[in-house]
Amino acid sequence: MNWPHKDLLGTRELTREEILLILDTAESFKEISRRDIKKVPTLRGKTIITAFYEPSTRTRVSFELAAKRLSADTVSISQSTSSATKGETLRDTGKNLEAMQPDVVVIRHSMPGSPHILAKALASCIINGGDGAHEHPTQALLDLFTIRQKKEALDGLKVAIVGDIAHSRVARSNIFAMKKFDIDVTVCGPPTMIPPYLEDLGVNVEYRLDKAVADKDVIMLLRIQKERGGVMYIPSTKEYALLYSLREEHLQKAKPDVIIMHPGPMNRGIEISDAVADGPYSVILDQVENGVAVRMAILFLLLGGEGEK
Amino acid sequence: MGPTTVLDEKAIDRTITRISHEILEKNGGSKNLSLIGIRTRGIYLAKRIQEKINTIEKRELPVGVLDITMYRDDIFKLKTPEIKKTEIPFDVNNITVILVDDVMHTGRTTRAAIDAIMDLGRPRKIQLAVLVDRGMRELPIHPDYAGIFHPATSDEEIFVKLREVDGQDEVILAKPQ
Repeated sequence: MNWPHKDLLGTRELTREEILLILDTAESFKEISRRDIKKVPTLRGKTIITAFYEPSTRTRVSFELAAKRLSADTVSISQSTSSATKGETLRDTGKNLEAMQPDVVVIRHSMPGSPHILAKALASCIINGGDGAHEHPTQALLDLFTIRQKKEALDGLKVAIVGDIAHSRVARSNIFAMKKFDIDVTVCGPPTMIPPYLEDLGVNVEYRLDKAVADKDVIMLLRIQKERGGVMYIPSTKEYALLYSLREEHLQKAKPDVIIMHPGPMNRGIEISDAVADGPYSVILDQVENGVAVRMAILFLLLGGEGEK
Repeated sequence: MGPTTVLDEKAIDRTITRISHEILEKNGGSKNLSLIGIRTRGIYLAKRIQEKINTIEKRELPVGVLDITMYRDDIFKLKTPEIKKTEIPFDVNNITVILVDDVMHTGRTTRAAIDAIMDLGRPRKIQLAVLVDRGMRELPIHPDYAGIFHPATSDEEIFVKLREVDGQDEVILAKPQ
């Protein structure tokens, strides 16, 4: 099938077939990162800018390695090193970057919709690397890739997403993506962290952790989004940890082959115990490894071929 | 004029038998040889050569699968580039790789395949086996083993059909209508 989009702004607008195309393409790129020579010439001569206006370790490194392993050139800018501190608007920064002919701009910004503004203003392909509490599509896609890798199929699975759902772009992108498949999604967290519209998305809500994880194939944990005021929604992190920290005792209620996921960064002792994070059910580092292959696939699909852009 | 048959089922089998013998003759046996088939039909030809050599020498050569899409020089001109898996389950260092493809034309596929293999290691030798050499080279690359040399003009098409994917064994030449 054809890749029909100029940009990757969210999982909401992707079809099931487009998601599967990304995952299948990523399967082919996975072995490159395990080679001695971790480089193929596919995107030689293409330029990719990563503009991260929020802190990032994984996503930025993952995008840069994905680009470099495809032989593309990368330049990165961040909040502190950009002219945003001198008062330049996002649109102006974007137009100025575009004048230097990048093929892809990856943007992370605290303002929801920032990538959409750039996508409209620029001819370059825009990838959303996380926009506020809105979407983080590449994270959801690498999560689906990891789930499919461990469970072989996506349809028929039961997933619990636990944590600060209201402020989590990871939760939102995952819900949008998972609902394209026959995946039963349950979200869990303190009532103040569960937004009201979730039932409209076909998602179950559960306030008790032991009930939420019962019979699940996948448990995905999220941290409290302090930078989005997450701590204001709970009496204390200690109480949160008492009620919502996933510990080994909870796992007995889940499926025997349950996998534990976390998009990182983890706050050990708050949403996840050490024993679970480092235990045999954890696929947290697989998620990180797969992220590079999934991002290679996305860069390739956006740039390779003439398509119908 | 409709399409004409270049090789039928029996001729394809005889040709693969001959190529297999030539590979053994040129390399003084089957030691340190591995086969790598270029997707899609090169894979099945490589497997057939593997079977022939197994019958002759009683040695099963390893077979790898190569997808050259990542190495194509026209990747940005393709409408729908589709990347499939490369699976080479052996070390290519210091061995002789027999690269297998169905049709040899411009040489660009072979160039991409050689680059792809070189990125995996340093084989002692790479040799090329093709079922049909249709001429019209654009690069200075030539097969070590060619089943049949059948020159075709640029508006003619050579189709290799193999039973594993197409349900029958046949090489046909289709002329423009």
